[in-house]
Amino acid sequence: MLQRLRDLDFMPPREAGVSPLVVRDLTVAYHRTPVLRRVNWTAPSSGLIAVCGPNGAGKSTLIKACLGLVRPLAGTVEVFGRPLARQRRLVGYVPQRESVDWEFPVSALDVVAMGRYGLIGWGRRVSKAHRQAAMDALDRVGLADLADRQIGQLSGGQQQRVFLARALAQEAQLYFMDEPLAGVDAATEQAVLDVLRELDAQGRTVICVHHDLQTVADTFDHVLLLNGGVVAEGSPATTLTPDNLRATYGARGQGLMG
Amino acid sequence: MSAQEFIAIDLPALLAALFACLSCALVGNFLVLRRQSLLGDAVSHAVLPGIVAGFLVAGSRETIPMVVGALGAALVAVLLIELVRRVGKVESGAAMGVVFTGLFALGVLMIEQGAARSVDLDADCVLYGQLEDVIWLGPTRFADLADPAVWLTLPREAMQLIVVFAIGLLLVWAFFKELTIASFDPGLADTVGVSSALVQTALVVLTAVVTVAAFEAVGSILVIAMLICPAATARLLTDRLGTQMRLSLLIGGVTGIGGYALGAMLPVWLGAENAVNAAGSIATLGGVILTLAILFAPRYGALARRRRDADLGMEA
Repeated sequence: MLQRLRDLDFMPPREAGVSPLVVRDLTVAYHRTPVLRRVNWTAPSSGLIAVCGPNGAGKSTLIKACLGLVRPLAGTVEVFGRPLARQRRLVGYVPQRESVDWEFPVSALDVVAMGRYGLIGWGRRVSKAHRQAAMDALDRVGLADLADRQIGQLSGGQQQRVFLARALAQEAQLYFMDEPLAGVDAATEQAVLDVLRELDAQGRTVICVHHDLQTVADTFDHVLLLNGGVVAEGSPATTLTPDNLRATYGARGQGLMG
Repeated sequence: MSAQEFIAIDLPALLAALFACLSCALVGNFLVLRRQSLLGDAVSHAVLPGIVAGFLVAGSRETIPMVVGALGAALVAVLLIELVRRVGKVESGAAMGVVFTGLFALGVLMIEQGAARSVDLDADCVLYGQLEDVIWLGPTRFADLADPAVWLTLPREAMQLIVVFAIGLLLVWAFFKELTIASFDPGLADTVGVSSALVQTALVVLTAVVTVAAFEAVGSILVIAMLICPAATARLLTDRLGTQMRLSLLIGGVTGIGGYALGAMLPVWLGAENAVNAAGSIATLGGVILTLAILFAPRYGALARRRRDADLGMEA
């Protein structure tokens, strides 16, 4: 099945030396309240990346700006060396689970197939091959049995895995995931971690908003501490220092590492 | 009732009612799913001054000027809402409420003024529809209907609804995928290159066109009932979007024909002198069917929920 995903992959191999994501002087405001000020960040080209920071630090806003979902006041985002608008197919997205209406009358497979819509194009039907690719992705997260189930009848963890399968079906090179491990059961956590490591092993870049500082070092190779701007970045060992945590989270920052 | 009477009076009105309901049901599915049911209400109010303006300019009930006027009014409404929201610093629901009722009031004033100048457009017709005025003076026997050419003489009200429904069906069929993703997850839609803003705009335009085409048949107020009732009923009966769309068309069709028949016959059976307004009986039937679904739908109905809760209570 993995072989299958690779066979379907039409993306050119990553060009040597081009960062998957370069953010320059990015400033974003909601209703004139600045959320991000002059963020400059070049994502490393390998390893799993976590974006951490307190509530309201602009973590979700950063990935939404990188995805073109919120318009920045200033600054640019480059994906594999080019403006995002020309690289949409290289980018995959796992939004927060609460962002959609789970009562919507679609099945798990329907939702995963939506990951293929960018590859299919406007006004065309979902072909058998695309449907099969969606099924394979669903199988990859262990939900093949529930393909026909209406999404509202899945557990929270299963819903999270459906979103993950949808991202797999996108066959992107750069993934943005908004808290994929928040509030999930053990089986889902394992499935998510497996997929993250597999994507990493395939040379794809995964950037996750992550809230649990205690598990950052177990899962991620690189961490970006954010609070309205970049506070620090680097490997978890060198970045999650008491000083950096205080600078990011305020006085209670030290306590967060337990 | 003779065949000639039926073909001249009831058949064109039935067709207009049927295709008005089908068109509304089609678009209504997406309004209900997007939790924008009130958009239909809002649009149907806001387009009134545009419809009247189109009518006054053209001097007749031609479709094109009224549709142009209605779309212009819808655009003005959207811009005004944005203006009220920003300048007045109020939430968008309040801005909508003010703008739509304001435009509607303007439309009513324009009708009154038009009526004063003895133009053939009255408030009753716009608000409640005028199915009863649709008359087909062509074929006189059922055998005549076999000739395709005779269908081209179908009254404008019925013809335009058939065309609008055909176009709407074609668009929804062709862009079903895009409508679905933009309604379910606008963020993902934007990242895969399906502009959710474009889909939203297209849906508003389609709603406006359907509203304008249907208002003569069921009236600009009751059109909202047909936008919501069939789709909301179908939503309660299935968990599949495709099935929901088909069911809503079936329910819309039954409501249109059944409502018209009820309006024409029920009062007579009950001994009353006159038939009741067909638009009113159609909307009422739509509401009755929705109520039945709310109560008796297999999974989402109130009784089914109650039974499930009771079962859970037994287990616990």
